[in-house]
Formats: sequence, C-alpha cells, structure tokens
Amino acid sequence: MLVMKTRPIWKAHVAGVALGLVLMVTFLATGHGLGASGAPTDLAAVASKAIAPAATTVNGYLGPMVAGGNNPLNSWIVWEVLGMGIGALLAAWWSGRLRLRVEGPPRARTLGRLALALAGGILSGFGARVSAGCTSGLGLSGGAVLATAGFVFLIGFFLTGIIVGMATRRLWQ
Amino acid sequence: MTFPLGWTTPLSGIVFGVLFGFVLQRGGLGNGCRLSAQLRLKDWTVFNVMFTAIIVAAGGLYLMQMFGLVKWSELFVPTTFLWATLLGGALIGAGMAVGGYCPGTSVVGATAGRIDGIVFFVGLVVGVVMFAGIFGDIEPFLTAAPGPQGQTLGQLLHIPDWLVLVLLVGGAVLVGWLSRRIATSNQISCAD
Repeated sequence: MLVMKTRPIWKAHVAGVALGLVLMVTFLATGHGLGASGAPTDLAAVASKAIAPAATTVNGYLGPMVAGGNNPLNSWIVWEVLGMGIGALLAAWWSGRLRLRVEGPPRARTLGRLALALAGGILSGFGARVSAGCTSGLGLSGGAVLATAGFVFLIGFFLTGIIVGMATRRLWQ
Repeated sequence: MTFPLGWTTPLSGIVFGVLFGFVLQRGGLGNGCRLSAQLRLKDWTVFNVMFTAIIVAAGGLYLMQMFGLVKWSELFVPTTFLWATLLGGALIGAGMAVGGYCPGTSVVGATAGRIDGIVFFVGLVVGVVMFAGIFGDIEPFLTAAPGPQGQTLGQLLHIPDWLVLVLLVGGAVLVGWLSRRIATSNQISCAD
C-alpha cells in the first residue's frame, strides 16, 4: 500500500467552514441535513430480527422497522454512513494517518480503554434513540436550520459532557 | 431553480457521506482523545468546528432564502420534546466523555484504523437494542413536553432570524476568545 506523508490536520475554523459548506449543500440537495445514529439503529433492527425474530416483530420500536419484509438497511442514512466511512478512510490514508491502533491515554490498558469505549457506545446509542437524533442529526443539522431542538440538544450534550468529562478526567491522563 | 432538489437516492447518501467523513477526519474529529479533551476543556476543536459549521450553513441557507432560492418550508426542522431532547443529549455527552466518540465520529475513527472506534460503534448497536427493550415503558416520557412542530429559535424568542445569527456569531466569538485564554491548545497527550 502506498504510504503518504503525514499532513497536519486542518485548523478548526477551516474545518468548520468546510463542514458548514458540506452541510449546506446537503440541505440544498436533499432537504435534510447529515446524520449518523440512524445507521446503527437500522443495524440493530436487522441483527435483532436475525437473532430473535419473534421478539423483534412484536417489539414496539424495532417491530415497525422490519414489518412487511422491509429491509431497514436500504435507507438514505445507511448509505450516508457508509459514505462517511469511505470518506474518512480516504482522508486518513491521504494524510498518512491510516493505521490499526487503540486510541487512548498512554497509561491506560488496552482492555480497559476498549471497555470504556463499549460503555460509552451503549450510553450514546441509547441516548440517540431517546432524543431521536445525535450530535450530527440534531446538534449540527438542527443548528443549521436554527431549530430550537438542535440547541436544546447541544445544551444537554455540552453541559453533561463537561460535568462527566471533568469528573472522569483521570481516566484519560 | 429553487432548492431543495429532493435528491435522496442511495448515491446522494454516499456522495454527501464521503464529503462529511472526509472533512471530519481532516479536521481531527475522528480522534477519541481530542474529542473527549473538549469535555475536559483541554482542547476546543469540537466546539469551534461545530459552531463555525452551524453559522456557515445557517447563514448560507438564510441568505439563499432571502433571495428566494430556498423554500424554508421544505427543509427538515426537528421538533423539541424537551425532556427527551435534553436527556438524549446528556447521554450522548456522557458517552463521549467516557468513550471518546459520538455516533458519527466513531465511524470516522473506526475507518482510520481505531479499534476503540469500532468497539464504540458496536456499543451503539447494543444501546439501541437496550432502548428497544424498555421502549414500551418509557414511551410517554419520550413525547412529553413537546414544542411547536419544527420550531426555530427565532420563533421561540420572537426575534428575526438574522438576529439569531448575529447572536450565534457573537457567542461563538466570545467562547473562542475565552477558550484561548483559559486553555493553551495542543495540551492533549495523544496524537492525531
């Protein structure tokens, strides 16, 4: 594989302008913004149906998603998240940052870091269903159309995130 | 020609997804260490990128609407359900503090080769199944305290949209200035 030289990441305001333009063009083309949490939701419905078909069909949340032989994976958000993965892969390769590793503080043990990643993922996956959207779909895309919901979400996100982040900061030292 | 165009095919999803993922990765937002450092107030990339993006996108859409190029009524504006919207945001904030990512950034981290990003994504799927397990019990809470459908900040505060934009720019500049005073950048100890 061709190894590229390491390029520095963009400055925050450059990245912000680029992200804002991508977000605006997405709205102009589709009528809605960018999201993410819909894809793991669709995956959960499919996985749940494969493992426990009877329980999935009668479930109030996942049941309607798979009713009538519907395949939840054939949705815009799943294609978008697939594209996200490809775009991030290309960017990581192009900037010389594509390598298998566990990200985390130097002192942390790998298994401990992965356990925290799993716990954080569970909180986040559960939370995104409570608010029917995540940092991308509600915070960023809701913010772009000046939706009250987007800013209510961001207040909950940053306030709680900073409280928990400060309380657990030794985990990341 | 007026926007939006209603282009919602699978190809449109892939095209905008590729752009989204590319920009997030180049902005350093696929790095769980950098993301969680925002919540320890050590690094302000997340805040600065997000608010710059919101202001650019909102400002652009507002201007295009003024010139009759965009039909605002055809744009998707989410509705507030006060407790659910707040609690969901809180759980996703806590998830990022502990796990390093949010749903979208875990995908960006994962495809750059971060195993913790892959594990976080698996956690998302597990979290959805757990939510579905108790959905019947919490359903009334999820739709409690609804706001008007598709309400904007301007409608909530009874002020024009341009003033909302000016206030957002002012807030972003103020926080950006404060953050440079209280935190020196690149204090974080994990590399991109």
